[in-house]
Amino acid sequence: MVTTAPTRPGVRDGAAPVRHADPRRKVGMTFYLLLVPSLVLFTLAITVPAIMGITLSFTNSVGFGEFEFTGFTNYVALFSDPAILSSYGFTIGFALVTVLLVNIIAFLLAVGLTSKIRAKIALRTVFVLPMVISGIIIAYVFNFLFSNSVPQLGQAWGIEPLSQSLLADPDLAWTTIVVVTAWQAIPSALLIYIAGILSIPGEVYEAAAMDGASAGRRLRSITLPLVSGYVVINMVIGFKNFLNAYDIIVGLTNGGPGTATRSVAMTIFSGFTGGDYAYQMANATIFFLIAVVLAVTQLRLTRGKAAF
Amino acid sequence: MTAQTLLTTTPGQVPVRRRRWFSRTGRGGDEHPNWPGTIALLVCSLAVFAPLYATLTMAFKTTQQSVDGRVFSLPSPLSVDGFVEAWRLTDFPRGFGISVFVTAVTVFGTVVLASFAAYAIARNWDRPFFRGAFFYLLAAMFLPFPVLALSQVKLTGMVGLANPVGVAILHVMFQLSFSVMLFTAFIRGLPEELEESARLDGASTWAVFRRIVFPMMAPMSATVAIFAFLASWNDFMMPSLITADSTLQTLPVLQSVFQTQFSSNYNVAFASYLMAMAPAIVVYLFTQRWVMSGVTQGAIK
Repeated sequence: MVTTAPTRPGVRDGAAPVRHADPRRKVGMTFYLLLVPSLVLFTLAITVPAIMGITLSFTNSVGFGEFEFTGFTNYVALFSDPAILSSYGFTIGFALVTVLLVNIIAFLLAVGLTSKIRAKIALRTVFVLPMVISGIIIAYVFNFLFSNSVPQLGQAWGIEPLSQSLLADPDLAWTTIVVVTAWQAIPSALLIYIAGILSIPGEVYEAAAMDGASAGRRLRSITLPLVSGYVVINMVIGFKNFLNAYDIIVGLTNGGPGTATRSVAMTIFSGFTGGDYAYQMANATIFFLIAVVLAVTQLRLTRGKAAF
Repeated sequence: MTAQTLLTTTPGQVPVRRRRWFSRTGRGGDEHPNWPGTIALLVCSLAVFAPLYATLTMAFKTTQQSVDGRVFSLPSPLSVDGFVEAWRLTDFPRGFGISVFVTAVTVFGTVVLASFAAYAIARNWDRPFFRGAFFYLLAAMFLPFPVLALSQVKLTGMVGLANPVGVAILHVMFQLSFSVMLFTAFIRGLPEELEESARLDGASTWAVFRRIVFPMMAPMSATVAIFAFLASWNDFMMPSLITADSTLQTLPVLQSVFQTQFSSNYNVAFASYLMAMAPAIVVYLFTQRWVMSGVTQGAIK
């Protein structure tokens, strides 16, 4: 935009006499042509499947052939199905733990990365790197590390729970998913915190330092309150993303051992093969409603943030 | 999401941000570098490097060395057998070609469709149809793929798109919300006088977009393109569910072969992982500025 600025006066000098007719009215067609392809494709690819899914959730369809409407039967069954309830329990619990871990680490890293450190750019580049690596592939790598290297370390250091593969432990397998998800999700939370911290005027810190506030005190009394809006945004975005957990779980435990780490997304996808297509559509609809609630929360929070 | 919140990336902000990202010491100058902080962060960075280091060294080991249990040892002798074998097993050129195809279509489609739509929306914001379209397109950002997956798999199968073309189209559609949002915010920050004077000179809307607006949007197009690239290149869920023919799978999906039949040839598996993740890392290293600013803009708007 900087480069085009000098040409502006030239263009204006050559301008035709002012016409008062709204120029937009005349060329409006082009605007419609620019927008309509996106709307049509979007409707076919997103809206139609969404409506189809919600409609089928009220039927007994198995994914093909004939079906009849069965009202809320699927929904009633969902709420008393231990497999579904445990997948929600696991997914929500995993998302809560991960979101806390991600935000604590990302915040501390952001504080470090905005302080007067050396090699700042190089370190930022490194800490953002996990974001660009495919979830399934890094999960395969960690799968190998958790089943080989971690047990070796556990044996060498005499730590009992680590001396066997965490992936095979029904009570602890979820921790591996938290670790790998956090590894990949920290960068985006970190970048948002960095932006938040950089938006605090430097004078605030200078004044505090002049009044003799220690670094810890400045962190607690200035940084933390002033980035609280970003904390909330990160929490909501993170929680929403972690609820969709799929790739990393497939690469690490594939829902096992048993069904200990089956996420909601994995249960929904079982509708392809399990013959309970409509039933999983109902599951997906419930899942969608949870996503809508979170989305509305996010919008309200971000709108609130833009206000100050 | 009001009009106010969309006024985000004014052109004036860009140079400021650029200076910040590239300043070596940030605020406060050079006098007292924080050495304990630097060292602590260097130690933390090992957590990022460890799995990548393991991938790199394992990939260059011989099969015998790769099963000796010492994951973090250096390869000796250095071997490229793993790459040769991985190349053959996953039919790498084909997988790579399909990944490139899907990603290229996604990047191109996203930049074109999103910039078109965003221009129409931003310049007709006062009209309910365009404003409504904006919120309609935005809605997908909150719609998780698992919710749509079963229907999308069925529909793509019905219309003959259970293949990489279908995957690319869906990738574009899922990128559209985020991208239209970024572009719209950017266009609303551009001065309108330039466009108006060009139009008074007789330029059509299309010419104004093509010659003036689109070139000015280059930084935002870069951000949108990189996010489309990363999302498409790394995706596993969508191609694995949509593409019916396993010989037409993208690289991330092809890696599952090492979870079963060749599970003891670790060097081969890791060589294959490395080949699949390397392009994204290389692109990131060259484009990190746009990656970093894109995350921030996407979240805080």
